[in-house]
Amino acid sequence: MEKIIELHNIIKEFDGERILDNIDLDIYDKEFITILGPSGCGKTTTLRIIGGFETPDSGECRFDGKVINDVPAYRRHVNTVFQKYALFPHLNVFENIAFALRLQKVPEDEIIRRVREMLDMVALRGFEHKNVNYLSGGQQQRVAIARALISQPRVLLLDEPLGALDLKLRKDMQNELKNIQQRTGITFIYVTHDQEEALTMSDPVVVMADGKIQQVGTPIDIYNEPVNAFVADFIGESNILDGVMLEDGRVRFSGREFVCVDGGFEKNEPVDVVVRPEDVDFVAPEKGMLTGVVSSVTFKGVHYEFIVDIGGFKWMIQSTDFVDQNEKIGLSIDPDAIHIMHKSEYSGKYGDYSSFSDELDELSNADTVEEEL
Amino acid sequence: MKKSAKGSFVAAPHLVWCVLFIIAPLLFVIYYSFTDSEGAFTLDNILALPEYGDIFLTSIEMSIIATFLCFLVGYPLAYFISRSSERQKKVYMILLMLPMWTNLLIRTYSMMAILDDGGFLNSILTALDLAPVHIVGTKGAVIFGMVYDFFPYMVLPIYTAITKIDHRLIEAAADLGCNSAQTMLRVILPLSRSGIVSGITMVFVPSISTFYISQKLGGGTFELIGDTIERQFQSYSTYNIGAAISLVMMILILISLAVMNRFSDEDAGSAGAARIAGTGK
Repeated sequence: MEKIIELHNIIKEFDGERILDNIDLDIYDKEFITILGPSGCGKTTTLRIIGGFETPDSGECRFDGKVINDVPAYRRHVNTVFQKYALFPHLNVFENIAFALRLQKVPEDEIIRRVREMLDMVALRGFEHKNVNYLSGGQQQRVAIARALISQPRVLLLDEPLGALDLKLRKDMQNELKNIQQRTGITFIYVTHDQEEALTMSDPVVVMADGKIQQVGTPIDIYNEPVNAFVADFIGESNILDGVMLEDGRVRFSGREFVCVDGGFEKNEPVDVVVRPEDVDFVAPEKGMLTGVVSSVTFKGVHYEFIVDIGGFKWMIQSTDFVDQNEKIGLSIDPDAIHIMHKSEYSGKYGDYSSFSDELDELSNADTVEEEL
Repeated sequence: MKKSAKGSFVAAPHLVWCVLFIIAPLLFVIYYSFTDSEGAFTLDNILALPEYGDIFLTSIEMSIIATFLCFLVGYPLAYFISRSSERQKKVYMILLMLPMWTNLLIRTYSMMAILDDGGFLNSILTALDLAPVHIVGTKGAVIFGMVYDFFPYMVLPIYTAITKIDHRLIEAAADLGCNSAQTMLRVILPLSRSGIVSGITMVFVPSISTFYISQKLGGGTFELIGDTIERQFQSYSTYNIGAAISLVMMILILISLAVMNRFSDEDAGSAGAARIAGTGK
């Protein structure tokens, strides 16, 4: 596959605050790439640099190998689906979608044909003359997608396009977007703070935090092989423990030695150890590699979620087996369920569930929906 | 029950004000229009109106030109101010409103002192060995006076409308291929329509009814409809014809307001809907 967009050492500051710190990223033709990160991580700014709405302070943005730092937005073969859609309130559905074609002075009959095609694609046939202000969020979303796709851009930028939709609609639109991307073969660059959305739709996922790219990889790689405590915690749930890598295949944490499959670390190197909550099995206390006491149980539908106190460290464990609160249990962990990471600036900040509550989690999620730079 | 009683109590002073100073005078205008100086009913006043047709036309023509010039200069200025930094905006706003703190009449007088044949401008021109210009007493001077006096009323509503436009719409336009001229024409101009309509109304209405501008800057060489009305009311015997002209003026203005409001209503409707759609998510 060919590279379509390359970002080299992009640095961007606002009021002396560094929003993007040396971003290096290659984006390939025809892929669905997601930039994932919490509020304020620089993901939207990255997108705006590609779209031509911001100019990097230093570094290069290339399109098809050519530097486009100074090419204005209206001359780029890149279109955007904006957060909250930004439909033109003075134009109806047809004219919103036809907007780009009218600028290109496309003949009227072709405009009609292509707008119809777009309306069919986003399942809005018959909405031509509707006032965009009276459409539902999902319908406005579809108009925004049709409007951005009609001029057949090489790249479509999507800035948290599903943020304002309810959960059910969001799931439908995720499938639909993925579908549209595969049918049209247009490169989609999708920005979101929602890790589930990123895992569902993307070819590669780019995880960003604090203006830096933390990891680029397929959803499976990112989930199974996070590079540091931030990624492990941001994507899914993780128990992150302080450990020491004794030698390849042998790691010590939680007061005992475990067999693992990772290697390539220095002898006795301090490391972060990740154990996913679903990878831990309950066994009888005397048979367990570790023993602990269940401090809370939450029913989640498909499984139960336990917070288990093991030597003062609170683990999150998900299991379909039920164990009651305050019960003593043993835990068994397979070697390939233990993932070892080098220490990073994020070590010790994440992966401890001692102050965990669902309520807090929801609060912090709601926070990230807020608009950002 | 109690609440609505309270409501009407609070509204009472306003109601009294309306009746005394708005409705009663209007009724007087209508009464005088259809009576003679003895107080008997007559249509003579109305039938005499075609006599003033030319003056009506001149007034309409000049106020349309003045309004158009205000728009031509005011729109770019409003746009420019809306795009400047917050601090600059404050400075421009003060500069724009400062003249409004001086009475219109006084401003017109001082304009006369500047533009008169022996005035400030001509003494500079003569000192520079340039030919003096005759301005006061021409239609151009009156139009200039209208533009000068009512210009802020054009800029302010347009400025407000432009600042209300969501910046993302301008980015969306650029994203879809608009250069800055096309963005202006296809997005900013149509979305600031309500401001344009109020601006035009607020300049046109005082322009068409002005009398002191034409008296001072027109040098008494021609008459606008405002002057005619003023003259009729200077002697008791012509009150009735003055009232009839006023009535027709009011009707004309009401008609043009209604036409204007149709435009801005459509706009306000969709903007309101946008707000509802925005919060209803």
